Amino acid sequence: MSMEILTPGLLSTIQDFGRFGYQASGFAPTGAADSLSMKKANALVGNDPGEAVIEMMLLGVTARFNTPCVIALTGADMMPKVNGGEVENGAAIRIARGDVLELSGTRDGMGCYLAVSGGFDLPLVMGSRSTGLRFGVGGFNGRKIMRGDVLKLRAPVPDLPDLPRRRLTTLPVFGKHVVLRTVPGPQDYMFSESELEGFFSHPYSVTNATDRMGIRLEGEPIVPKKSSDIISDGTAFGAIQVPTGGQPIILMADRQTTGGYAKIATVITADLPRAAQMRPGCTVRFMPVTVDEAQDILAIENKAFEEEYRLLNGVYPSGS
Amino acid sequence: MTDFSIRAVGDSAVTVEFGTGIDPAVNAKVHALRSLLSEEGVPGITDMIPTFCSLLICYDPGVIRFGEICGKIRRVAEGNLASAAAPSRTFLISVCYGGDYGEDLPYVAEHAGISEREVIRRHSAPDYLIYMLGFLPGFSYLGGMDPVLETPRLSQPRQLIPAGSVGIGGSQTGLYPLDSPGGWRLIGRSPVRPYDPRRKEPILYRAGDKIRFVPIDEREYRKIEAAVKAGSYECPYLEGGKRR
Repeated sequence: MSMEILTPGLLSTIQDFGRFGYQASGFAPTGAADSLSMKKANALVGNDPGEAVIEMMLLGVTARFNTPCVIALTGADMMPKVNGGEVENGAAIRIARGDVLELSGTRDGMGCYLAVSGGFDLPLVMGSRSTGLRFGVGGFNGRKIMRGDVLKLRAPVPDLPDLPRRRLTTLPVFGKHVVLRTVPGPQDYMFSESELEGFFSHPYSVTNATDRMGIRLEGEPIVPKKSSDIISDGTAFGAIQVPTGGQPIILMADRQTTGGYAKIATVITADLPRAAQMRPGCTVRFMPVTVDEAQDILAIENKAFEEEYRLLNGVYPSGS
Repeated sequence: MTDFSIRAVGDSAVTVEFGTGIDPAVNAKVHALRSLLSEEGVPGITDMIPTFCSLLICYDPGVIRFGEICGKIRRVAEGNLASAAAPSRTFLISVCYGGDYGEDLPYVAEHAGISEREVIRRHSAPDYLIYMLGFLPGFSYLGGMDPVLETPRLSQPRQLIPAGSVGIGGSQTGLYPLDSPGGWRLIGRSPVRPYDPRRKEPILYRAGDKIRFVPIDEREYRKIEAAVKAGSYECPYLEGGKRR
């Protein structure tokens, strides 16, 4: 009951919702960069929404399954093939013993998510199966997936009821131009009105120096009133840090838990999946919203996902 | 009544700020609020990150909304935070100073204009307050180093500093929990592992605890190192004046 990695892709890691409760000790929470795609992949194969999946950045894996199971791929399209024949994204795929899944590179978006029915047989480390790359904890031996790795499957299900019906109603298009909604702050007061206006009106482009820790942007520099240094404070997923030099960085899943630069605004949770799918060369604009608006948007999106999950699986697991 | 401000950090976190300086009294309020909130077990709080003068509180807006959590925090923070300070422990961290264990000890001594022995005496004298942990698992930001020992960082950071290394960087001192690159001047090494994923509590100490460095010789270093490897070493600490 396993899958064997024949080629590992560029950066393929095991991720779930992330490891919480340990940030006070310096553990980055990690977790899926685009948690919505992860949840959808799991929904398609009948898993809990937060079951661990393989996140693949820019280039996917080739893998042989040594057991029958059902898989699903969501997020960026990696033109999946099984035994050389094209298969669909955003749909449940039945896998027979010995089948080879082959993924390519992505042209739209960054990350593709692979869920396997019944999940991976990996230990929970501090409550999570997410890979903490910087400190070698969790996931598959605390590291990215490499050629020859054999990932055990926990409880593979060879078939699911109504398999052909298990497909997403819409597939995502990530695009080259993205608008992200943000809540200003926590250190927006360190910037003048005109600098804030500039931040919310100029486009920024995503640079190559972008990884699971942060998305480095380039554009019109944002200059703080005095300096950008603050006494180090805690960081949140999506916080937009403005270091000296004025080029913003969106802090992502593998961010450091604390940081010493002013954070001008924070991307709303509902838009983080789209932020995570921005690839180098994309342009992004930021739009201000209030906390209440952001929480209303998130509630609507969560409800929409729950409904989609119920349509596929009947009941929505409590606590998810 | 305590002065503080609450700011939104996106839709799933707030930061509570008690001041804008590095001050043990301000930091104590941060840790007091954290322990009061954990005791109360507020539904929806998913994580908390205490730092020098603020507490980041992460929450699930599907369980508790912004307005509600601010009200809850206000009620708790307006109480007597001083009386809520968690009992602090002082961890006794054994350090073998100088030689191969701390190759920059001669430089630090020369920079301070004192003997190596005096550097060790001054470095192992205070109880350092752990203001916060961050950067890496178990990396502690300590306060209270003797200003005489202040030494600028290396201009070119080292590629690999072994776990347990004790260093000085500017006015800061501390020990590296993991092998990591770094620019601090290394004066010694501890066989104690502040971070060990095999332990029930992977991180030895919490922010708000204290650290005292205890000089040891190479023989003692090897003894403790072997016990740490075997998983049988328990780092001693003082609590309420008693050694545990």
